[in-house]
Amino acid sequence: MNRADDYSSVMARRAEIMRRSVGIDYGSFSTGKLAFDYERMMAETGYPLDEVKRIQRESNVGETPLIELKNLTALVRKISEPGLGARIFVKDEANNPARSFKDRRASLSVHNALMKGYPGVVAATSGNYGAAVASQAARKNLSSIIVQEVFDSRGFEQPEIAEKGRACEAYGSEVLQLSVGPELFYVFLLVLEETGFFNASLYTPFSIAGIETLGTEIVEQTRERTGRDPDAIISTHAGGGITTGTARGVLKAGSPGTRIIGASVNLQGLHMASDRDFNRKSFTTGHTGFGFPFAVWPDRSDVPRNAARVLRYLDRYVTVSQGSVFYITEALAQLEGLERGPAGNTSLTAAFSLARTMGEDQVIVVNETEYTGAGKHPYAQIAFARKMGVEVFRGDPSKEKPGENIVIPVKPRQVAAGEVDLDRLRESYVKNACKSLGDEREVTPADLDFICDDARLDRERALGLLAENGVVLSA
Amino acid sequence: MKAKRGDWVQVYRVVLEAGERAPQVPEDTAKVPLEMKVKGSLLEDSAVPGDEVTVETAAGRTITGKLVAVEPPCDVSFGPPPPELRTVGKELRKILAGGGCHHEQG
Repeated sequence: MNRADDYSSVMARRAEIMRRSVGIDYGSFSTGKLAFDYERMMAETGYPLDEVKRIQRESNVGETPLIELKNLTALVRKISEPGLGARIFVKDEANNPARSFKDRRASLSVHNALMKGYPGVVAATSGNYGAAVASQAARKNLSSIIVQEVFDSRGFEQPEIAEKGRACEAYGSEVLQLSVGPELFYVFLLVLEETGFFNASLYTPFSIAGIETLGTEIVEQTRERTGRDPDAIISTHAGGGITTGTARGVLKAGSPGTRIIGASVNLQGLHMASDRDFNRKSFTTGHTGFGFPFAVWPDRSDVPRNAARVLRYLDRYVTVSQGSVFYITEALAQLEGLERGPAGNTSLTAAFSLARTMGEDQVIVVNETEYTGAGKHPYAQIAFARKMGVEVFRGDPSKEKPGENIVIPVKPRQVAAGEVDLDRLRESYVKNACKSLGDEREVTPADLDFICDDARLDRERALGLLAENGVVLSA
Repeated sequence: MKAKRGDWVQVYRVVLEAGERAPQVPEDTAKVPLEMKVKGSLLEDSAVPGDEVTVETAAGRTITGKLVAVEPPCDVSFGPPPPELRTVGKELRKILAGGGCHHEQG
């Protein structure tokens, strides 16, 4: 068979490759020009909670400890007004087999691949998810291929991603290491087409259903430990999976009053597809370079309909600086005896700041930790940043300029979460939705309802935003 | 270093030349090729770095490319403790040990 393998020919075959490699007919959930039935997609193609629990127990995934960070809480109270300083708990997800919460997603994806008879799995990921897929695939006797973005045009490998690639190989994966660029997706499509393997995307209903147990476990453990529902749960936000899955689990556990907060490392000003900027950042995930675009248009992912849709669930979204996360990562090791992260401690860093504004009787839960390894450590990242020409010094972290410097706080009270205006993100979402319509300038009542749910907008505001983008409701 | 059949080696190939990059990539990225490296077992009887060779990957695929490393190590390290972080634990312990509210220190 003679197939053209140039960039545009392969991209043109994208829909067909996706349909075969994911096994979901996404079109069957469409209910309008924009709209699709999200809950029906989750119900029909995901797995029910009890089944997820059974699969994860069989895979040695989940049921991780909830740890109270007593010294960090005491430190927060030392620098807070009297009566303030919430109890900080962390879900120690580094206790999963491949040592991050990503095992929850991978366990379901790999289980599904096995059930549907795929000979192997492929994942496009430079993060912990690769190791999680590789680990689960190894246990279930499936082949795995991980496609990573690792090095720049000078050949410098991001140390954290190099470590994650090593972990994938340790679990028996083939690892394709690529230089910088979004054409990673092109290579990913070629591999899916050649192998007929399952696309273990981070964004399928399986992957998100796998995270719901994180939400239910947090609510159950918090009730048991404190006698109350968590007042807030905070997650590190990149593609939206952990926030969406956790929030869905929290609702299933019957804790609708828990506030869902997202946190990203502030990397504003750095271009995510730039060869030059690639190695001028010290965080490879959990940052605004993924967090903002995925919030305002989830369907940019590697499947047609992203099951991770954070605007539906976020009550608040904050950013923290790179230097602040390194500082709190060091504090976690030194004060709590937990060497974890660094990227996964983005939410902990924000929690440290937000706890100062919450009452002493309140509980904030950080929903993950991740393993630390060679290259995957603040020391390694700081050494590498210096080599790349980034300055590192102690000072006021609010003055940090991503790509130019990393500012390690001098005092704990300088660790401050910056507010992201969710309304602005909702506006961007509607703009992107209108753009996706092409020349079409009318939407249906089903589309309007969908936008209201997907961006959490009331009807009047949604209509107003549509009008601003030249789109009207059809009669 | 010479490699023989079955050795664990790394091969390199250009996936997209500079002129073939996706239209949306920024200028600096468009100027350089998309490159790929992968490891596997050497299928030729022998080869030296620079040779075009074929490997069998961990997933059982065969991939052709330029031999760039024989039994490549993973040499990322933890790096030296930077002075900017080395004293953080002590500083925070001092605040914890102090009495009352520490707005001055903290």
